[in-house]
Amino acid sequence: MPETVLEAHGVTAGYVPGLPILHDVSMGAQAGQITLIIGPNGAGKSTLIKAIAGLVPVGSGKITFESQDITGLATDQMSTRGISYVPQTDNIFRSLTIRQNLDLALRRAKSDAPARLAQLLEQFPALAAKQRDRAATLSGGQRQFLAIAMALATAPRLILMDEPSAGLSPKATQDVLEHARSLTEQGVAILLVEQNVNQALHLADHCFILAEGRNQIDGPAKDLLNDKVVGEIYLGGRRVQTT
Amino acid sequence: MIGVMSYLVFFATTASILAIAVLGLNLQWGNTGLFNGGVVAFFGAGAYGTLILGGTSQEGHLGGFGVIYPLALLGGMAAAGLMAWIVGLLTLRLRHDYLAIATFGVAVAFENLMRNAEWLAGGAKGVRGFERPLRAALGDGFLYNILFFLVVLAILIATYLFLERLVASPFGRLLRAIREDEEAAQSLGKSPAKVRLTAFVTGSVILGLAGGLYGTFYAFVSPQDVLPTLTFQIWAMLIVGGAGNNRGAIFGAFLIWGAWTASGWALSRFAPIEAQLYTGSVQFVLIGSVIVGMLMWRPEGLLPERLVVSQRGSTPSNKQGE
Amino acid sequence: MIQNLIDGVLTGSYISLGAIGLTLVMHILRFANFSHAELLSLGAYVALVCDALVAALVPVFAVKLAPLSLTWALVLAILMSMVITGLSALLIDRLVFKRVREKGLELSMIFASFGMALIIRNVIGLFFGLSPQLYSRDIAFAMVLSRDPLLLVKPDQIFVLVAALLLMLMLHLLLSRTTFGYSLRAVAENPSLAQVNGVNLHRTIMAVWLIGGALAAVAGVFYGLSHQLIPVMGRDLLLPIFAATIVGGIGSVYGAVLGGFIVGIAGNMALVVLPSGYTPSVPFLLIIVVLMIRPHGLFGEARA
Repeated sequence: MPETVLEAHGVTAGYVPGLPILHDVSMGAQAGQITLIIGPNGAGKSTLIKAIAGLVPVGSGKITFESQDITGLATDQMSTRGISYVPQTDNIFRSLTIRQNLDLALRRAKSDAPARLAQLLEQFPALAAKQRDRAATLSGGQRQFLAIAMALATAPRLILMDEPSAGLSPKATQDVLEHARSLTEQGVAILLVEQNVNQALHLADHCFILAEGRNQIDGPAKDLLNDKVVGEIYLGGRRVQTT
Repeated sequence: MIGVMSYLVFFATTASILAIAVLGLNLQWGNTGLFNGGVVAFFGAGAYGTLILGGTSQEGHLGGFGVIYPLALLGGMAAAGLMAWIVGLLTLRLRHDYLAIATFGVAVAFENLMRNAEWLAGGAKGVRGFERPLRAALGDGFLYNILFFLVVLAILIATYLFLERLVASPFGRLLRAIREDEEAAQSLGKSPAKVRLTAFVTGSVILGLAGGLYGTFYAFVSPQDVLPTLTFQIWAMLIVGGAGNNRGAIFGAFLIWGAWTASGWALSRFAPIEAQLYTGSVQFVLIGSVIVGMLMWRPEGLLPERLVVSQRGSTPSNKQGE
Repeated sequence: MIQNLIDGVLTGSYISLGAIGLTLVMHILRFANFSHAELLSLGAYVALVCDALVAALVPVFAVKLAPLSLTWALVLAILMSMVITGLSALLIDRLVFKRVREKGLELSMIFASFGMALIIRNVIGLFFGLSPQLYSRDIAFAMVLSRDPLLLVKPDQIFVLVAALLLMLMLHLLLSRTTFGYSLRAVAENPSLAQVNGVNLHRTIMAVWLIGGALAAVAGVFYGLSHQLIPVMGRDLLLPIFAATIVGGIGSVYGAVLGGFIVGIAGNMALVVLPSGYTPSVPFLLIIVVLMIRPHGLFGEARA
């Protein structure tokens, strides 16, 4: 039984006080697994991930990570607790070089930084080749990899990923998602928001469905993939081919 | 008695003219959220425009068109509006600080031009040779002043009524919508830049109107009248009165003008002679403190805007979510 | 003409220093800080006081470093003023800007800065008097660079230029070689992403005020060395440093440096064609030209 590292209980959150987007949402994520959040546009998926990352104020409810309360913890403190967040867009510093982006992310690693940098560059050869270039020159897929590399710099035990495939080609999407999968093998928990429901469901372990800011269905990803209702809503009504 | 009366009329006339200017600024800042750092330039354009168009022929500088008064005043307003249109066109699509800096620059350049360009407006000596309308019939005495005050008051009331209607109209709602949430307004298919430009130009025309009346009142305008001091005073009036509220704007104008006049009088009367030189400095520290103090302790002003929902404080960066 | 160019470069050196701090504050705190130029005045006057103090306490330092009119006392005073002005900028933020910011009145920050500018400028006037002051009463003789055409440069001006370029180099190294510098640039580009990467926004803002204040102090002293100290110097310097940030692109440190030199050179070159009375309008004309042909400046990027 995998260990549940992240838990949200009855979270109500929104950008403007008194106008919540999330209503009483509860969910959890396990170490070494990909937990997927899907739902129609405006369901509150990104808001949920931002509320966990401390970027959206939580009105009520509780969020815990490794049994510690992290509700309302400042965003810049998340990395010291072992949580990384990869935003959907604008997730790298365009005006810095690739190396500078990585050095910034590695700042807190202090003496471990050189070793960890070498490790990241080995893991992402495409970035290693372009270290001195400004990050703005990277392709969409490479940017996503840089953002993931930055998230990995702090050796997190939980990574929050907000639609890593946004704006990517199907091939790049596949690469990014497969990379996410490989991360879980070292015991990292990944909370993933995705629009590419079909592709993501094949990869994920568990899935939560949100609609209008509320919990709807949740269950093992494989079951939802074969669920008729889910199929009709998200997969264009066709039965999904299991590959 | 007649002395006190005539001083009161003089005070009320100046305060009413300034109140018109504050109303113009309120349309820009209070209703639309546009920062005008060069209020005095638009006020000055109105004053200079009116006096140059309506004055008699002068040697050494432009003028002497002898246009009939109402047209001269309209010309002054048009000059202010034209200036606002050019500045607005260049800056209103950009971040809000560009407008602030550009308008501040306009004020510096305007004062600088008026001070140096003798051929244009008499340079440091100012524009001479303007005759107040109907002076021949009414003379220069108390009667003229009281009638002039009544005209100014009527224009103030007309401006107030016009702006109240404007603010209540669909256009007014659009202004507030853009101020509160530009992206949302944009998604409704409205072009915020265009709407803001309209509001900015309209506000500046009103500032020009106030300037025109001011020039008419003194029958003279010089670079001394277009110093940044006036910008600060007009802002303080708006902030103290309550940005977004037209009645607050008028109230603030009378209150601050009263306080300014009284503090100047008190300082000149009670401060030691050797300190008189610093009267201005003390007054500026006071007006600066009033602006900062209001923002810190009562940002809504003495008469707050009457609005139900306000979503201020939500920065664009956290609106990207779902 | 060449003399104007030389004077322009020298003027540009202190405008650039002033503009660097302003562009950082404008970019990171997202408001046009109209009180930034008052930090230049404040720094200049603080240095005047420190100079007198050091010279009185350690008379050895009051000796001129010929051919400069500069003394060791003033060099120390500049360093002291950088610290004091930086801390003052921080204090002003704490007392005023931070409170207004935390009330969610981002747009009102600009008003607060105008109010602060009025207060600082006039308090300086009340404190030091309205008449001009000088760091040194000695007349610094200009060096003749060439006789035909006649080109003159004061040794102090050379010092100002070299010192300004050195400071800019140090800042460049800070921004391009240290993770602290990266974090400043990161916050300027995307504050929430910077936080996601563990950057403390609050501390970064403090650092920006300290750096901006310190550079403003140097700029103020250099202005004082080139001209004279008057309480309203901030008012006269404000438009040039704003113009430098717009020419360079708001948020770009390198743009502010280049913009400062462009504004300085343009102001002095304008003397060739315009009467000197019009000099204060030149920065405005530059702003208008830049807004017409390249609204985001030389190095700026579009941002909401």
